[in-house]
Amino acid sequence: MDFPILSSLILLPIVGALFLFFTKDKDGNNLTAKYVALFVTIVNFLISIYLWISFDQTTSSFQFVEERVWIKDFINYKVGVDGISILFILLTAFITPLCIVSVNNTVKNRLRDFLIAILIMESFMIGVFCALDLVVFYLFFEAGLIPMFLIIGIWGGPKRVYSAFKFFLYTLLGSVLMLVAIISIYWISGTTDVIKLYELGIDAKYQNLLWLAFFSSFAVKTPMWPVHTWLPDAHVEAPTAGSVLLAAILLKMAGYGFIRFSLGLFPLASEVFTPLVYTLSVIAIIFTSFIALMQEDMKKLIAYSSVAHMGFVTLGIFTLQQQGIEGSIIQMLSHGLVSAALFLCVGVVYDRMHSRLIKSYGGIVTIIPKYSILFMLFTLAALGLPGTFGFVGEFLILMGAFKDNFLVAVIASFGVILGAAYMLWLYKRVVFGKLVNEDLKQMVDLNRSEYLILICLAVPTLFFGFYPEPLFNTIEVSVSDLINMHKLNIASK
Amino acid sequence: MNNLNLVFPEIFISLSVMFLLILGVFKKDSSQLTFNLSLVTILVAIILTVNETFSVNRITLFNESIVIDQMASLMKIITLIGAFLVLGISSSYLKSFKIFKIEYPILILSSVLGMMIMISSNDLMAFYMGLELQSLALYVLATFNRDQLKSSEAGLKYFVLSALSSGLLLYGCSLIYGFSGSTNFDVIANQLTSNEYALTFGIVFILVGLAFKISAVPFHMWAPDVYEGSPTTVTLFFTMVPKIAALTVFIRFLYVPFLNLIDQWQMIIVFLSIASMIFGAIAAIGQTNIKRLVAYSSIGHIGYTLAGLASGSNDGIQSSIIYISIYVVMNLALFSCLLMLKRNDQYYEDIDDLSGLSKNHPLLSLSLLIILFSLAGIPPLAGFFAKFYVFKAVIEQSMYFLAIVGLLSTVIAAFYYLRIIKIIYFDKEKEKYDSDHGIWLKFSLTFSTILILLYFIFPSQLIEVVSRIIII
Repeated sequence: MDFPILSSLILLPIVGALFLFFTKDKDGNNLTAKYVALFVTIVNFLISIYLWISFDQTTSSFQFVEERVWIKDFINYKVGVDGISILFILLTAFITPLCIVSVNNTVKNRLRDFLIAILIMESFMIGVFCALDLVVFYLFFEAGLIPMFLIIGIWGGPKRVYSAFKFFLYTLLGSVLMLVAIISIYWISGTTDVIKLYELGIDAKYQNLLWLAFFSSFAVKTPMWPVHTWLPDAHVEAPTAGSVLLAAILLKMAGYGFIRFSLGLFPLASEVFTPLVYTLSVIAIIFTSFIALMQEDMKKLIAYSSVAHMGFVTLGIFTLQQQGIEGSIIQMLSHGLVSAALFLCVGVVYDRMHSRLIKSYGGIVTIIPKYSILFMLFTLAALGLPGTFGFVGEFLILMGAFKDNFLVAVIASFGVILGAAYMLWLYKRVVFGKLVNEDLKQMVDLNRSEYLILICLAVPTLFFGFYPEPLFNTIEVSVSDLINMHKLNIASK
Repeated sequence: MNNLNLVFPEIFISLSVMFLLILGVFKKDSSQLTFNLSLVTILVAIILTVNETFSVNRITLFNESIVIDQMASLMKIITLIGAFLVLGISSSYLKSFKIFKIEYPILILSSVLGMMIMISSNDLMAFYMGLELQSLALYVLATFNRDQLKSSEAGLKYFVLSALSSGLLLYGCSLIYGFSGSTNFDVIANQLTSNEYALTFGIVFILVGLAFKISAVPFHMWAPDVYEGSPTTVTLFFTMVPKIAALTVFIRFLYVPFLNLIDQWQMIIVFLSIASMIFGAIAAIGQTNIKRLVAYSSIGHIGYTLAGLASGSNDGIQSSIIYISIYVVMNLALFSCLLMLKRNDQYYEDIDDLSGLSKNHPLLSLSLLIILFSLAGIPPLAGFFAKFYVFKAVIEQSMYFLAIVGLLSTVIAAFYYLRIIKIIYFDKEKEKYDSDHGIWLKFSLTFSTILILLYFIFPSQLIEVVSRIIII
């Protein structure tokens, strides 16, 4: 058997966390802990790059598959990647080291524990994206709640307790129905192995209910309107690194789940419930965009914009067109980079002025020009300007939507305009205009680590905006096979 | 009387109980000696049980009133190990209350003896005898801190209500005897056809009595008061050991004589299960005392155990047994933490006393974190697997309503566990607690926490052991 590369991706952060656990916790700037964590995550990133390079792009079958007996005669520990999941692993491994660099400025106490939580979180998230067994997937999916709960609750803002509870209970409530569905699938089909389930298919008469059970979990996690209300709270209260992880990766678990499980396992039901998803997505796009317009808190505004962006993602997935699904995956990746960057941008000014309110800023363009330029770039990427990564996904989703349902596509297009409105207005109010407050003059421009992080995020945002080809090469075969399989399933009914 | 070796553990315990009693009376200051000898007794009993009964499939003794099978030997071993650990960690607690007396280990031993008889019983008489033996010892244990008002109140309350439930249970026994003509489980099983409805009456009465013993809703009222009032180590004993015995009797009673009447009793068990899960989850939210909270949470956990029982399959029985085993470990861990909240010989048991614990006692809080998330059933901790197996068995029988209600009540229950975690991790710190704890406490906490945390690496082992239990 080959080297278990996926398991080592999952295990390495845990090993790092264990190592940190046995180091001494010093107050203040605990450099050792940070370097250890950074080292581990960078190694993990390099491994995932290697994974991507050695990934065979011409086939849609799962690669690097590892299988071990876990619970005898019941569940096998099974992991593997295909074109859809590999990029999410890459994204996770890319974002986590940046989070660790960013804690420099945000986390003041119990740094070691914070890093442990982030590392454990990383391994759970990678686990989610490569699990090929429903129970293993559920395990990773739910286990991520524990570190995130602590990240929000211990290192969060003033209303952190409320937000942490809301986050935890909302997602748990969504997920328990999925657990019922997973166990039911085991009794219906005799296995929880995803690859086998793809081959076997699930009896049509059960599909609708099972789909709804999975949907309840993914909809909360995505989050879709009307169960999105935990997200703004969680984002606002979480420390910057927590918000970044939440926006960049946690939200993608659900989108990934929709593609892998809702479409893959329940093709008939997906067809049935497409109107429901369309409606909720369109409401999310339009409604939360309007809400975002009215926000006074920058983090909240970006949180609502995340809901709107995820609305595009769910819309794209259920168009069941090649462009739509590819667009959704690209949109998730770009949102991962861009929203992470935006939260970091907010973090930068928050660390200096301790305010997230838009009205306490204004006219800072001359004071901190480097920051303003980078913030501009990410603002434009968030509203989907051509030439940035944000454009590619949104455009493809709308193209897919036009093919499938004209009306929905037209309404969703308005979301693009609204997105431009709230993002540009935010930027205008924060960066341009009159200097509202003399204190703002004291602000210093980006320090080295902040600069490094934002540049690291800016490069792929621009690069993949102009040249998304490598990503498409990776996902193309898997997506087209998924759609073919889907069509076959529909036809055979 | 060929197979007398099968009951060697019971015989050995009863002999040593008598011996220790005499020793305690005639030798002065013998509490430490009795204590150590009791620990040895339990250890020997464990070895005897493993040696003599573990490979036995099913043998009946004493006119078929005692049965030794896989379930009996496994449950006896769990009971004995539980009693061993509880007894071990009791000593420092009792000493600090100056109630370190010879009676304590002897009472624990005799209640364990009663439980072992219960576990092995294959006859209503044997069953009742075991039940009363353990109950009488437990009444005294509850009042063991006799100078404290609350402890006496707890014991009295437990005695009165328990006596009432024993009365109901006896009435049920007499009904069953009257209509089937026998007290033996195997014989009753063959007499079911004629008087189904009359027998159902008997079943209901016995179920009420049993539900009382395991504190399932709506027969749970005694639990919070008794748990709160009893000395903490006794509370620990209450939440762990008698439940194992009662659950075994529950299983044997329902599945050996009355399997064919499953339509009659299944609804009752489902109701008890749902009521316990929901009530346990909701009532625990408002508690301020940890022991009371544990009482409600144990009511909830009993609900999940009963859910497995209600499914009416071997899978269900096995999942219940797995659940109760994992629950026992979690409880042991939780109480070990609770017993560590000590400052100048004073024990603290309010939830607020945990406030900010993570600043001064990071390791203790980390264990508590793991234990509480496990109790809430969050993967990948052991508590999740316990629930997972139960719901797997429940869904196998297409009892979706039970499964969904159960899982929703885990969400409610998660709230109060989270609240404790919040108090430990998010709130302001208080004074430091003592950090020098006895070896017993440290061992039981480390052992059980590691078991909870790492269970997911080797989940098959427990299943393999339990899957040898085949009742139907």
